[in-house]
Amino acid sequence: MRQHWQFYLIFFLPLIHVIVFKYFPIYGIVIAFKKYNPVRGILGSPWVGLKYFRQFFASPTSWTLIVNTLRISVWSLVLGFPFPILLAIALNECGNRTYKKVVQMVTYAPYFISTVVLVGIILQVTDMRMGVINLVIQALGGQAINFMGRPEMFTPIYVISGIWAGAGYSSILYLAALSGVSPELHEAAIVDGASRLKRVIHIDLPSILPTVVLMLIINLGNVLNVGYEKVYLMQNDLNIRASEIISTYVYKVGLKQSNYSFSTAIGLMNTVVSLILVSAANFTAKRLTGSSMW
Amino acid sequence: MQKAAYRKIRSSMGDKVFSWIVYGFLTLCLLAVAYPLLYVVSASFSSPSAVAMGKVWIWPVKPTLLAYKTVFGYRNIITGFRNSFAYMFVGTFLNLVFTVLAAYPLSRKEFAGRGVCTFIFALTMYVGGGIVPTYMLISKLKMLDTFWVMVVPGMVNVWHVIMCRTYFQTTLPDELYEAAQIDGCTDFGYLIRIVLPLSAPILAVLGLYTGVGIWNGYFNAMIYLSTPEKFPLQITLRSILMLGQVNVTQVEDAEALQNMLALSMLLKYAIIVVASVPVMCLYPFVQKFFVKGVMIGSIKG
Repeated sequence: MRQHWQFYLIFFLPLIHVIVFKYFPIYGIVIAFKKYNPVRGILGSPWVGLKYFRQFFASPTSWTLIVNTLRISVWSLVLGFPFPILLAIALNECGNRTYKKVVQMVTYAPYFISTVVLVGIILQVTDMRMGVINLVIQALGGQAINFMGRPEMFTPIYVISGIWAGAGYSSILYLAALSGVSPELHEAAIVDGASRLKRVIHIDLPSILPTVVLMLIINLGNVLNVGYEKVYLMQNDLNIRASEIISTYVYKVGLKQSNYSFSTAIGLMNTVVSLILVSAANFTAKRLTGSSMW
Repeated sequence: MQKAAYRKIRSSMGDKVFSWIVYGFLTLCLLAVAYPLLYVVSASFSSPSAVAMGKVWIWPVKPTLLAYKTVFGYRNIITGFRNSFAYMFVGTFLNLVFTVLAAYPLSRKEFAGRGVCTFIFALTMYVGGGIVPTYMLISKLKMLDTFWVMVVPGMVNVWHVIMCRTYFQTTLPDELYEAAQIDGCTDFGYLIRIVLPLSAPILAVLGLYTGVGIWNGYFNAMIYLSTPEKFPLQITLRSILMLGQVNVTQVEDAEALQNMLALSMLLKYAIIVVASVPVMCLYPFVQKFFVKGVMIGSIKG
């Protein structure tokens, strides 16, 4: 051990960084149980127990926030999760290598677009007066629709744009799993007279099942962690009824209204429920399929 | 290759239909992703009235560089570009240094505290303080509204550390380490002379991820920065694209208003293109690395 003292020297700086920037904020969570006063600091502020947790559940907003968060994430999961798998299977079955490369190249590209630009594009193409979608609707004789102003349109726009931007990138992993399928299995199936569809269903799908399950666990654990970056940018006064989610609320209450303790309490609740969800999903997957994250 | 040979031998009706469905689906995906991108680019090069009247469908109509001249006339955009480049280069460099410093000891079994340290790092992937406690820490450290707030908190990305560690473990054989030890190489010397020269692929992948992430991020800047001279490009973009801060002066008649709206629409298209060009230029070169990066991440070690 003494011989390898240099490892400790090398590891020292990153360790300090993680302790300061990752663990100090975890310690800061205690303000969820205190009435935080910036002058008295974290230690000097008085304890209030579960006051802020009760306050959250007593307020009418809490229910709306939870429903909105779940609506957005469940739809994203139901529609967004199978799509990359389909894309990967189609790419894998594509005989023409050049065409496969082109499709891959184009479908990965939106991953590089920033959230601000992505939402900018959404706002532009759905614009009431000059957006291309409304121009088409009007050209066909319909009435222009104020997409971003309608609460019921928020989730569909969020989910579809999410698939548009992320499906190509997410398919890489499945494509990698598919390329690992042993060719002998396919050869044997061909000799036995299996069609291509049959081979996809009985060879490819079972082979990538562990990867699919793993990704499903990760996604299930993140059901409450809808990315606030995109939602926040897509919010406006007209759709806020459907678009306010837990994480954007935590940001607004905490940093815009400086309600530190209340905001931290909601954030903590979110983290705890997420942890329970991911553990439960992991446990179930281990039981059912034998593959798991840990 | 083998698959193709089989298909020539016998291709049933069902297989043909399957093939059509595959190609149809891929073509649909291709068009669905490419069309909006193409439309944005074409619109940005078209004349304002053509965009407003809905005459732009695929290619630019009455091409003009009007929008781009106006965009590069904005001081804020130029400042934003400069700041974003600075944050990206400094941030990526520091991140890579710290990633290697953390990943190298974690990859060696001679490092006695390895298990505990891996746990300390990995735990932060599941548990975090959240937005307010982090803000309080940054404010305590007197880092609010400084250059450093944009690069220092992101110096360690635990996910990247684990990817890098896995790469070291799987590509650098133990025999190499032992041989270097026998030749009297210290642990630090091994890092500099052996590990670094052999880890170019992983550093390219991680640097790319980090660089794109810093370039594209806006939330931290929005929370921590308050001086406009320090704003990265994404904040400027947000104020133009979402908050509609384009100088529309007092306009009386309806036609002039229509023209102003059309021009601001055009400017937004041009800004979207300008902001995405730097990362899109990298894209063809790094696509290969990008795919490789996802693979390394998927291997558990």
